[in-house]
This record gives sequence, C-alpha cells and structure tokens, in this order.
Amino acid sequence: MTIIPRQARRHWLVAAVCAAALLPAGASAQALRIGLAEDPDVLDPHQARTFVGRIVFNALCDKLVDLTPELKFVPRLATSWEWGTDGKSLTFKLRDGVKFHDGEPFNAEAVKYNIERAKTLPESRRKSEITSIASVEVVDALTARIVLTQADVTVLAQLSDRAGMMLSPKAAQAAGANYGARPVCSGPYRFVERVQNDRIVIERFADHWNKAAYAFDKVTYLPIPDSTVRLANLRSGDIDMIERLEATDVKTAKADANLKTASAVGLGYQALNINLANGDKAKTPLGQDKRVRQALELSIDRDALNQVVFEGQFTAGNQFFPPNNPFSDKSLKIQPRDVTKAKALLKEAGVNGPLSVEVTMANNPRSLATMQVIQSMAAEAGFAVKLKATEFATMLAEGTKGDFQANQYGWSGRPDPDGNIHAFVTCKGNLNDWKYCNPEIDKLLDEARTLSDPAERKKRYDAAQAILSKDLPVMVLYHESWIWGLRKKVDGFVPHPDGMIRLDGLKFAS
Amino acid sequence: MLAYAARRVLVAIPTIILVSIFVFVLQKLLPGDPILVLAGEERDPVVIELLREKYRLNDPLPVQYFAWAWQALQGNLGISLRTNVPVLQLIAEKLPVTLQLAAMAMTFALLIGIPAGIMAAVKKGTAWDYAATGIALWGLSIPNFFLGVMLIFLVSVQLQWLPASGYVPLSESVSQNLRTMIMPAFVLGNALAASMMRHTRSAMLGVLKQDYVRTARAKGLLEPRVVLRHALRNALVPVVTIGTLLFGELLAGAVLTEQIFTIPGFGKLIVDAVFNRDYAVVQGVVLCTAIGYIGLNLVADLLYFVLNPRLRVR
Amino acid sequence: MTLALDTAARQALPPRRSRFWGKIRTNPSALVGGVLVGFFVLVAVLGPWLVGIDPIKTSWTAVRKMPSLAAWFGTDELGRDVLSRVISGAQASLLAGVVSVCIAVSIGGPLGLAAGYFGGWVDAVISRCTEALLACPFLILAIALGSVLGASLTNAMIAIGIAAAPIFTRLTRAQTLSVKTEDYVEGARAIGLRDRWIILRYILPNIFAPILVQATLIIAQAIIAEASLSFLGLGQQPPSPSWGAMLATGKNFVQQGQWWMSVFPGVAIFLTVLGFNLLGDGLRDALDPRET
Repeated sequence: MTIIPRQARRHWLVAAVCAAALLPAGASAQALRIGLAEDPDVLDPHQARTFVGRIVFNALCDKLVDLTPELKFVPRLATSWEWGTDGKSLTFKLRDGVKFHDGEPFNAEAVKYNIERAKTLPESRRKSEITSIASVEVVDALTARIVLTQADVTVLAQLSDRAGMMLSPKAAQAAGANYGARPVCSGPYRFVERVQNDRIVIERFADHWNKAAYAFDKVTYLPIPDSTVRLANLRSGDIDMIERLEATDVKTAKADANLKTASAVGLGYQALNINLANGDKAKTPLGQDKRVRQALELSIDRDALNQVVFEGQFTAGNQFFPPNNPFSDKSLKIQPRDVTKAKALLKEAGVNGPLSVEVTMANNPRSLATMQVIQSMAAEAGFAVKLKATEFATMLAEGTKGDFQANQYGWSGRPDPDGNIHAFVTCKGNLNDWKYCNPEIDKLLDEARTLSDPAERKKRYDAAQAILSKDLPVMVLYHESWIWGLRKKVDGFVPHPDGMIRLDGLKFAS
Repeated sequence: MLAYAARRVLVAIPTIILVSIFVFVLQKLLPGDPILVLAGEERDPVVIELLREKYRLNDPLPVQYFAWAWQALQGNLGISLRTNVPVLQLIAEKLPVTLQLAAMAMTFALLIGIPAGIMAAVKKGTAWDYAATGIALWGLSIPNFFLGVMLIFLVSVQLQWLPASGYVPLSESVSQNLRTMIMPAFVLGNALAASMMRHTRSAMLGVLKQDYVRTARAKGLLEPRVVLRHALRNALVPVVTIGTLLFGELLAGAVLTEQIFTIPGFGKLIVDAVFNRDYAVVQGVVLCTAIGYIGLNLVADLLYFVLNPRLRVR
Repeated sequence: MTLALDTAARQALPPRRSRFWGKIRTNPSALVGGVLVGFFVLVAVLGPWLVGIDPIKTSWTAVRKMPSLAAWFGTDELGRDVLSRVISGAQASLLAGVVSVCIAVSIGGPLGLAAGYFGGWVDAVISRCTEALLACPFLILAIALGSVLGASLTNAMIAIGIAAAPIFTRLTRAQTLSVKTEDYVEGARAIGLRDRWIILRYILPNIFAPILVQATLIIAQAIIAEASLSFLGLGQQPPSPSWGAMLATGKNFVQQGQWWMSVFPGVAIFLTVLGFNLLGDGLRDALDPRET
C-alpha cells in the first residue's frame, strides 16, 4: 500500500515537467473532460440512434435551428424561417460565411444534399422523422425551401435535432455510409479521434461563425456507464462534468465542496405499458378491462415512488408531456392513491383474489427499484405483480411480438408534442406495441399535426389525453430530470430539457 | 518435438471449428433482437428491414454460418452491428489493453504467489504456512466485483489516491496508464496469486521429499541453497506450466474486473457485445479467445516438455 | 485368483471411513471450513424462522437506514431489512452452489467416465467437445446460457452447471484413465467381467475422492458465479434477495456512505466461499493417499 503515494508523487512530477514543456506553446490551452453514461454509436447524425451521440453532435455538427430551455426554436445555421400559407412549405434563410471543417462552404445546396441524404441513405435512421418532406428547393445560395407532402408543423422540431444537422457534402459523398468514422460538419468543434468504449476527442474549430463563445480548445467525452464510477471520477477531479448523475447521488454531490449540480426536467416520461390487444398475452383482466387498469393506477402513489426511488429529484406525472411543456394539461391532475377504491373497481370487474400480473422491465437499477415499489404498492390493492428483468433488446423484441402482459420503459421525449404521443397510441403507430386502437384518438392526433396554431393543437391533445387517462394503455409514472454534476470551477452551464450539453458560454472560472 | 507440436495444432483445428459453431448456435438462441435497438428509438419498419438485409439476418442459419466462416477464413471477422467498426479492428484495439492488465496481474501473482508458496512449503505446519495459506484463501474466496467496488470506494473516493477509472493508453502516458491499471491488476491478480501460491506450495512439498534434496541436505548444504538451487528449480516446472494455463483463464476473470473499472478491454467488449447481441463481435472475440486458450495450452505442454529433464532425455 | 483381485482392489480403495473421519477431525482447515459451511446451512434453513422479518416487506419510512437495534444490518433502498435479506439470500446462494455442481457432475461425470473407459472415437468426440467448451471463457458461457434460458435462479443454476460440466468431464476422464491401467481393473477385464460392473465396482470408488474434492472447490466457484450473474442481473429475480443482486444495488450507495447494503452481502459471499474452499482443501488432505 505504501507504494501508492510514491507512485502518485512520481506522477505529479512527470505531469509538472510535461506542463512546463507545454506551457509556452499555448498559455490559455484549456481542456474539458465530460463523463457520458454510455458509449455513443455511429458518429453520423443520419445513422445515429443514441442519446449520448446527440450530446457529442451538439459540439460537432451545427443544425438548422436550435432549442431554448423554454422549448422555443431559435436560429442556428438558419437565421430565420417562414411557413408557406398552406402550411405545406418551410423556407429557411441561411447564415452567411459558414464553413465546414474541411473548408467547404455551407449553403442551400448543402441543405438540399443533407435532407436528401437523410431521406435516402439506406442506413439512415431519420427517415420516419422527415417522411412529410417531399423535396428541397434551392431558391438562392442562402435560401432553401422545404416542400412538404402535407401540412406538418412537426418538421421544424425535427430539424432542430439530428435530421437538421448539416454534414459537409464533399466529405459525406466521399465516405458514404462510413462517414461516422470521421465526421466532418460545421460545428464549433472538429473531430480528432475516437477509441471505442473509451473516448471521443474534439478540438475547437478556428473558422466557426461563433467561435468566441467557445472557451475550451479541446473537449474529451469519456463513456463511463457505471453511475458510481462516473461520480467517483468527478469527485476525484479526473473529469470536469458528468451527465446523468443518479438522483440518489445528488445529496452526496451537493455535500462535496468541490462539486455542484444542475438539473432540468426532461422532455419525456417513464411509463407502465399494458398489452391490450397484441397476441394471447393481452387476454388478461388487466388487458381486457380498463377498470382493472384504473385500479392498478389507483394503487400507485406516484409521489411516494418519486421520494423513495429518486429522493424527490424527479417529477411525478400522469401525462405524455412533462409539466414544463406548454402542451401539458394543467387540469388533468394526478389522482391520489386510493386502495379502497381500487379494490372496489377490481370487484366490479369481477376479479376475485389476487390478480397475477407479469411485468417485463429492463435490467437496470432504476427500473428494478421502480417496479419493486409498484409491486409492493399494488399488492395492497390485490395485484400479485411478478417481475421479469431482461436486457433492453429482449424487452423490445418481446414487446413487438406481444410476448408481454405489461412492460416498463419510457420515452426520451421530443420538443414537439406529436413526438411524445402519436406513435404510441394511434392504431398504426410504430411504437404501439400494446395495439391500442381508438379511431377518435387517431382523428385528434392526426389533426393536431396539421394545425399551426398552438392553442388549437393543445385542444386536440387535451381531448386525447382525457380519453387516454381513462383507457390507460400507457400509464405514465414520472418524468425524469436530467441531472448534471460539475466541478465548482465549471462556469456558465445552462441546463436544457433535452439533456444536451451545449458548450457555448461554458468555461473554467479563473 | 516439432512433430508433436504440429500434431497438436492439427488436432486444435476441429476444436476451433466446434467452438465457432457452438458460439454461433448459442448466439442465435439468445432472445432479443439487436436490430430493434439498432433501428433507433423510433423503430422505423423500413430501417429495420434494411438492417436485417444488410447484416444478412434473414438468411437461413447455416447460410449465415458459412458466410461468416468463409469470410473469417479470409481474415475478415465482419463488422460490429452496434458501431459499424470492423471486428478485427476492435480486437486489435482491445486485446493489448487486456494483455497488459493480464501481464500486470500475472507479475503481481508471481511476485506474491511464488515466494509465499516456497515459504509455506519450507516452513510447513508453522505460522508462516498458515499465514500464507490464509492469504491464498482470502484471495480465492473474495469475489472480484466485491473487492473492486470496495477498493474504488476506499482508494479513489475516500483517499483519492488513484482514479476510479479512465484508462489512458500506454503510448500516451506511462505513469497515467499505470495509475489507472494498478488497482484492476491487483484485483485480478489477487485470486491468481492465491492459485500460484497453492501450486508452488504443493510442488515444493513434493520436491522436498525427493531423494536428491535429501542427498543435498545430507551433503551438508545450507538450507537456503538446497531450497533455491535444488528444490525450486524442479518445483518450478509444474508452476510454470500451470502459470501459462492460468494466464489463459485470466481473461475470464478480466470480464468483471474490466466491467467494474470501465477498462476498454476484451472482457468489457465481450460482455457489452453479449448484452447488446452484437453477434459478429461475440463470434470474433470468442474465436480469438479460444485460439489463445488452445495456444497457451500447447505452450504449457511444450514448456513442460522443455523444462522437465526426465522427459527431455526420452 | 478372485481372492488376489479382491485384496488388490481393497488396497486401492479410499482409506476406511474411521481413518478418514479421524483425519478430517484433526485437519484444521476442514474443521473451520466445515463449521463455516454448517453455519450458513443452518442460517439458510433456520434463519428465516429466527429473525421473523419478511425479507421483501418494504417500508417507505425506513429507506436506507443505518444498522441499529431495530435492524441489525440496516435497511435497503426500499426500506427492507438487510439482515433478513442476507439470511434469505443464503438459501439462494447455497442452493445455487450445490445444485449447479450436482448438474455439472451429473453431466460431466458420466461423459468423462465413458471417454476414459471406452477410449477410441467415444473419447475423441467427447474430448473435442470438452476442449471446445473449455476454450470459451467460463463466465461468458454462463452469461450467454443464462440469457438464453432467461433470468431466474433456476436458470442461473442450470447455466452454471452446464458451463462447469466440462471441468468434471476432463477430471473424470483423467482419473478413469489412470485407474483403468491398474492391475485389478485389467484383471477384472481379463476374467470377462461386464463393463458396467467394472465401472461400478472398481472404477467409481477409486475416482470418487478426487471428484468430491473438486466438487467442493467448484461449489465455491459456483457461488461466486451465481453472485456474478446476479450482479449482472441474470440470477434471482426481484424482490427475492440474492447476495449478488444486493451487492449490485448496494454498490450504488457506497459513495453516500451507505456501506451496509453492500458490505454485509459481500462478506456473506466471502465467508461462504471461504468455507467451501477450506472444506475442499481439508478433504483433499484427508483423502489424499500420498500425504500421510
């Protein structure tokens, strides 16, 4: 054991020598190290699918529009935009003088190329996001018009994320589907290197249109999946900030004099999904009778769940939109726990004795704890909940096949309300594994897509949620918060509900 | 001896083929569909179908296997489903990390295990023996992940002596690299040291009873000389061979250790691949491990042959 | 002739029971190991009755409380009593260790016996398959098998049993090979005794001891393997406790200073495994005819 301090001392010596050698070269050279909760997948915005990948893209690839913490859309590569009178086109004015990392200019041709790539690249995961885009017209060098097949206001929201990120057409053409190995975009940072499962290194792009806002010369993203180890690294000072600090770790982080935390209620939700009509496993009282589902909901105390599992750091919820989203329905209140009423409902539905329910969930600490709390709460109302933990891939596969009675997972959330609800509860919805089908819901949600007046849209969503809160195919439990842990010296971090880390304005306090 | 080695290599070929078939079948039995995860949160059916085509997951199983085997014979182990990186490149990236970890753990095991084993054998039945045996049993009985978690808490969080994770390549900074590797190597080497100690002890006990040791003692040679010159040399034969075999088993131990310390090595690669159903990666890595294991077995046998004077004469 | 055969056979049989027990009783490691294992068996069988606290009873008002007089080992993240969970986890762990080794022995043993005794192509096929299985890392094999079968305690036991079977195949085969060439077996063959009779009467009794020793030592490893699988989420399903799963959850709270959730199950694993290791060592010494 005694060798360790000596080892450490030697290390400091080496570090001091190296620092002395490097200092004259760049006196203000500053590097930021960020701990991520997973290893990102392919670094191609059109092919990527992971949340952490988006965090990296935020530094690498600029998009047409950006999102504020209040969920408003603001200019990024596009300086302004305008909807056509019929709602079937969207015209972007583009920023002048923007360069890609390879020196190529950014212009309307590049926008056209990128949207087309996202629509046609065989490996593209963006297709379903921009199905309503028919074509892109180059009006002039700095004006691009997006033509839609039908009125669809959700397109702008899609272009505020990966579908709206602009790759250098030259680099993308040359690399094809292998673009992710060396991404070339126009963001404030350019790609340096990546070691799988280990790190992604980026450096400041000298020709960025807004380079003054970025203080760090070098940023390193380090995937550290274990939340405990991630926090340990932050505490020891080996990294400067981490994303997804566990709710139960917030107290510890706050107690540490070197650390601070930041948080924002996320865009998504976590829910208990109930199989209503997907195969034989739906043929249970829970799947067939909405009174049984209502009884289950009444047996759950969402606030207690939030307190016990997340130390009150998250937000109890019963809607598809979190409370900070303008589309959430303030009149749709969470019902307090009522075991007597739950039992009465069960009796009414003809359920005698404990009703056995099997819930599938992903094998992670959060889901495990959440479901064990619900198991214990539901037991008092007469549900014998059996838990089955599997890997995420297995849960999804069983979900699509209908091989589940109920499962617990959520949705990371989208800035536009449509992205949080349409695919889950419309008859032909892509993600409707529980096969809930109600023509009235389809009509309301399809209409809401086409309306540009937010007040009119909200009416449709309110009506749909009123029905869904009775039918309960998806029983929302809580809204996650993104929680970041930072060293005290990291200044200027603005938490966003989308969970991204935006590097502008971020710096070390001197 | 060359003929013997050649024969062994020939015999290994069907074994390796068996391993590859076995792993292939086992993987296809795994529940869960990686494509559903790969397709992204939206799970667009068009994308799903394209991906299935791309990775030939719609073909009948034997066709898939032979396609893979044909490519593997030409040195192409396919690409990772999850990250699109060639499996060979992943192996080339991760293998050195695990080899370094294993080498450090082995060094540690040798430094502790062999002296402790000698001590225990020479002083059989004394407090020394019990102490050494006790340490060995501690090493064998404490689960890797428990020791790892406790060490992270103690050394990294409380004392802040070493980082909890954050591997740095050797090429970048030797001191940083050692700082991050020393704890995992200790955890991994712990159990190994225990095995080494036990094997050394029993080999030494066996040798110390032999006639030539008795003769050496009778000649009036001093005890340290007897132990080191005569006994140890012979006792080391089985210890070296067993050490070689244990080196192969280190990889299995590295699985959890790398998981806990987030070391981007082989063990972590394969566990992630199994959980993500990254078929090509699992297939390639297990194949590589199996070849390594069989190779080390061969080396162990040859070493035994070379080191053992009695066998050499024959 | 038969008389001579019998004496030869008797000489090679394991030492008589009384001598064996005498050696066991004077062997400190066997004693300590036996006591440890016995203790945990008692805990597993009687513990739940003695403590009388439901290991899955949650309490929202007593989440992650320090060890105290009311809860000796403290409470866990859902307010459950850690002591009663450790005790009830003992059942899972011991069961997992013993059952999986029984599975491994009953698969691996007969195969190894057949390979060693019959030789020829039987041996070639079995040996190749054994080698192939041994070439895959044990834990990876167990993880993959565990995933194929689905997460549950029973399936974890089966997975570990299958993954450990080749170890016994190899051992049994080697032992059989060495016993097969002994004079009394050759003699028994020469007088035309049936294979089944030879295996049962002459080979099994002579290879029993090393297999028993190995089995005891593998139980120790199987307990760790079960804990590892549970640690990765492939073992006992919640809310039923298992040491590995408790440790996996508990480790997330160590940094908050809530050590009891992981230390107690960790120590329990350690002591049980230590017990089996000591017992195995002691048995080996007691059964080894060479060390007198």
